[in-house]
Amino acid sequence: MAAANLSYRAVFSLVLKRDLTIAMRHKDDIINPLLFFVIVITLFPLGIGPEAQTLSRIAPGIIWVAALLSTLLSLDRLFKSDYEDGSLEQMLLSPQPIFVLVLAKIVAHWLITGLPLILIAPLLAILLHLNEQSYSALMLTLLLGTPVLSLLGAIGVALTVGIKKGGVLLSLLVLPLYIPVLIFATSAIDTAALGLPYSGQLAIIAALFFGSLTLAPFAVSAALKVSTN
Amino acid sequence: MWKWLHPYANPEVSYHLTGRIIPWFSALTILFLSIGLIWALAFAPADYQQGDSFRIFYIHVPAASLSMGIYLGMAIAAFTSLVWQFKLADASAAAMAPVGAIFTAIALITGSAWGKPMWGTWWIWDARLTSELILLFLYLGVIALHNAFEDKALAGKAAGILTLVGVINLPIIKYSVEWWNTLHQGSTVSNLGKPSMSVEMLWPFVFCFLGFALLVGTIVCIRFRSEILIRNSIRPWVKALALEKSLSNNALENK
Amino acid sequence: MQFDSFSAFLDMGGYGFYVWLSFGISTALILALIFNSIYAHKQVIKNIAIRQQRENKLRELRSQRNKTQTNTPKEVI
Repeated sequence: MAAANLSYRAVFSLVLKRDLTIAMRHKDDIINPLLFFVIVITLFPLGIGPEAQTLSRIAPGIIWVAALLSTLLSLDRLFKSDYEDGSLEQMLLSPQPIFVLVLAKIVAHWLITGLPLILIAPLLAILLHLNEQSYSALMLTLLLGTPVLSLLGAIGVALTVGIKKGGVLLSLLVLPLYIPVLIFATSAIDTAALGLPYSGQLAIIAALFFGSLTLAPFAVSAALKVSTN
Repeated sequence: MWKWLHPYANPEVSYHLTGRIIPWFSALTILFLSIGLIWALAFAPADYQQGDSFRIFYIHVPAASLSMGIYLGMAIAAFTSLVWQFKLADASAAAMAPVGAIFTAIALITGSAWGKPMWGTWWIWDARLTSELILLFLYLGVIALHNAFEDKALAGKAAGILTLVGVINLPIIKYSVEWWNTLHQGSTVSNLGKPSMSVEMLWPFVFCFLGFALLVGTIVCIRFRSEILIRNSIRPWVKALALEKSLSNNALENK
Repeated sequence: MQFDSFSAFLDMGGYGFYVWLSFGISTALILALIFNSIYAHKQVIKNIAIRQQRENKLRELRSQRNKTQTNTPKEVI
């Protein structure tokens, strides 16, 4: 069969297209986490009160925490349906390196959940009276940070995909790993609000991004082998 | 050297070996900890700035560095088990996780009880405290993952992957005090050659540290033996041992 | 000895509450861990022994049943 000698790029785009097509057929998988993101953010002004000053002070934290939670919510479908219908095992048995397959799936997950989140974030930042100087910092941290969330989250999903009630366990495993991203992203946005350079925090998030981009797929492949046994 | 190590990879041999080690370890633990703690509480001089609250140091620092040391040990065990399929390493990693979690909790609680009189607050969100808290969460995640799988070999592998991913947290804790300028004081006993503390304070600290390290060794040995038994419960030697032990226990109860 | 009296020792130069709080909680946690470890070890041995006894009993019953079946082969039919 021709599938045995596909190039890595062809395999990558094949898996990516497949996952995107599946997502397009189940549109609620894209819309629901996004809706969750919006609703969580609108809850905060209602709970804390509408003072613009308070809101603009806590806006970076709210947006990032909501982004973490909505990513966590969407992580479950990264491998779950493929695991249940057996196509995940087929992928693991294929002659192509798992690294490429896993990376394609994670990129697809980010395109489905991370990208819409970035696009809608400035709108929500307006609602929260985010400081005007912070918008570029918000966008840059989200652009570099949300892929890290998808990559690290994939490790947690791969570890728990074989467990029946893995949902709560997943958040217990993944959220501690998210803490560094949260700390540096919000600190970058706060620094930007003061008009100071925030390239230091951005560099650390970029380092986290490249580190997890190279190492996380290996961990995910190992974890998937354990989970599918 | 590998040939010499080989017999210790046998679960039965290491079960009996740890069984013989435990009495020695526990005796040494009691010796070192009682000397160290009595010296630290009653005879060590008070700090000229912090007064007698400095005595918390003798628990706090050993617990904090052991919490990181146990994690490092767990990570090495996880690595050996994942790379060389070495089953006993899994058992030792599973044995270390709860001990590490308890020592992390002790480090956090004693730190907080020390911070209240010194900084005026129980808790502060500085880099070292936060990363130590993340370490506690990582330990809890590893324990949860160990319990989530029916099959202990699978559980060990899954928890091992999580342990290795979490290793990144260790250098962050270690260097957080130097990287960020925070409330937490710098390391007091970083280099043993020229410590920044006086000798009267250093010696009780050395005894306390060794005592706590031996305590960790003892508890890990006890838990390691349980893990070996769970993982080998269908082996004849485990069955024979269990029957023999429970028979002698029953005889004692019937007397 | 750094302290003049036992009450001074308990007072810890005014920091008694914090010092004894941290020593107390640490002792409690470590003792709980030790007892849990020993108890778990005994429990593991007990569980394996119980399962082993059950298996032995089942095996005996099965061999007895086999014997009775072979002793009285085709009487029923």
